[in-house]
Amino acid sequence: MTTAELTIQAVDRNEEGFLLDSSQWTPDVAQQLAEEAGVGPLTDKHWTVLTFCREDAAQQGQPPGLRRISKLSGVNMKELYQLFPKGPGKLAAKIAGLPKPQGCI
Amino acid sequence: MKRLLILGAGTAGTLVANRMRKRLDADWAVTVVDPEEQHLFQPDLIFLPFGRARAERMQRPRRRTFSPGVEWIHDTVESIDAGKRQVALDGKTLDYDLLVIATGSHIRPEETPGLLGDHWYDSVFDFYTLEGATRLRSALESFEGGRLVVNVVEMPIKCPVAPLEFAFLADEYFTRKGNRADVELVYATPLDGAFTRPVASRILGSMLDEKGIRVEAEFNAGELDGEARILRSYDDREIAYDLLVTVPTHMGASMIEASGLGDELGFVPTHPNTLLSKADDHIFVVGDATDLATSKAGSVAHFEGHVLTENLLRATQGRSLIEGFDGHANCFVESGFGKAMLIDFNYDVEPLPGTYPLPVLGPMSLLKETRINHLGKLAFRWAYWNVLLPGLPFPVPNHMSMTGKRTEMAAEAA
Repeated sequence: MTTAELTIQAVDRNEEGFLLDSSQWTPDVAQQLAEEAGVGPLTDKHWTVLTFCREDAAQQGQPPGLRRISKLSGVNMKELYQLFPKGPGKLAAKIAGLPKPQGCI
Repeated sequence: MKRLLILGAGTAGTLVANRMRKRLDADWAVTVVDPEEQHLFQPDLIFLPFGRARAERMQRPRRRTFSPGVEWIHDTVESIDAGKRQVALDGKTLDYDLLVIATGSHIRPEETPGLLGDHWYDSVFDFYTLEGATRLRSALESFEGGRLVVNVVEMPIKCPVAPLEFAFLADEYFTRKGNRADVELVYATPLDGAFTRPVASRILGSMLDEKGIRVEAEFNAGELDGEARILRSYDDREIAYDLLVTVPTHMGASMIEASGLGDELGFVPTHPNTLLSKADDHIFVVGDATDLATSKAGSVAHFEGHVLTENLLRATQGRSLIEGFDGHANCFVESGFGKAMLIDFNYDVEPLPGTYPLPVLGPMSLLKETRINHLGKLAFRWAYWNVLLPGLPFPVPNHMSMTGKRTEMAAEAA
């Protein structure tokens, strides 16, 4: 199977649905994850956020938190909640194929 | 003469200064910078609004909290120049050989649109400052009935159990006052439950339930309409209130951002096990000022203090650092009616029920309400000033121990 044909049934995920191996992620997988999460078809604005999350995670070694996304991606908090309802930080990370952002305690 | 410079003299900065003065030779100066005249015992801020602590007894003159030989500079830090190993104060500069950032975390209500305004300290209060907690006390006294909302704006916050304790103590307060039936208590949190980790979240959540405190989970406060008394989330959920007790966004000291050393909240990126800053080999970070994924709490500052003093000493000798900090935190959670719970956890192990093997006071129950835990919390007042701040040995193991913990609870929750 080539990566282009990957479905989310074939990628390894944890019990909360986060990818276990970020390298199995493809834009096509992202679209399927978005549909599963009820986000629907991914727009350019969604992709701005997802691309930022992947690039930032690659540099920082951990997925960005919500405030970091809103500060650095150019998409403000209100829009983030419209794009990724309920929990934009968690949801954007999941669709971007990243681990769940570490909840600070 | 070489200089160990410590910025901030809260719990972390003070205990590290006192310990290092004992450990370092006379060719090292130990200098602390802090602008505040008084040292505030922050754990009592939770009791102040309920008339169970007195402001004047919560503070001591800062000069009396330092061991002999610690130099205290009563000034404000404006910026750090890591390249020059220099710190700019209000009007002068100080050179250092090793720097410890211990400038804590601070509430920033201005980060939420509408939170500040005419309603601030009228129908909206914080309890993380002496002024806020003191004013809230009068507001609670005159509160006849209606909806009281406790809201955590954003994580991380200092002492993440404090808002829960506030809700528990409010339940007791209005019960004793005789008007609990007229007060609706609501707990609005950005988390998906009462706490950050599953087992504690379940146990604390059912306690809120039993006490008739309604939880609004995944509520991310975006703005406040102070005139209409409505708190609105980013996804347009609304909570009306008569009295709002807010835990505003927390951020690190503003000079951290000015120095280019902070993350988006002004906390300093820190190696989780050595406490060295990620930016510079001559800068260490301790207490609430770090970006570490553990609680911002005095107990953490204490446990970090052990590792930090060892690593500072090693840094003065050019030896390699120990990776000794495990994220260990423990906190008493005051649950009302003279009882408290104890939780104990670290980076990897969530708070679990069981017993805590504490010398002297005897085993204490974990994640369970008992009278002895409440007494433990009160005894801590004395220990804070007399044992912890002076940097004397404290009868609590530094690394988190699994002894007494019931691990099957974690398996059930998973």
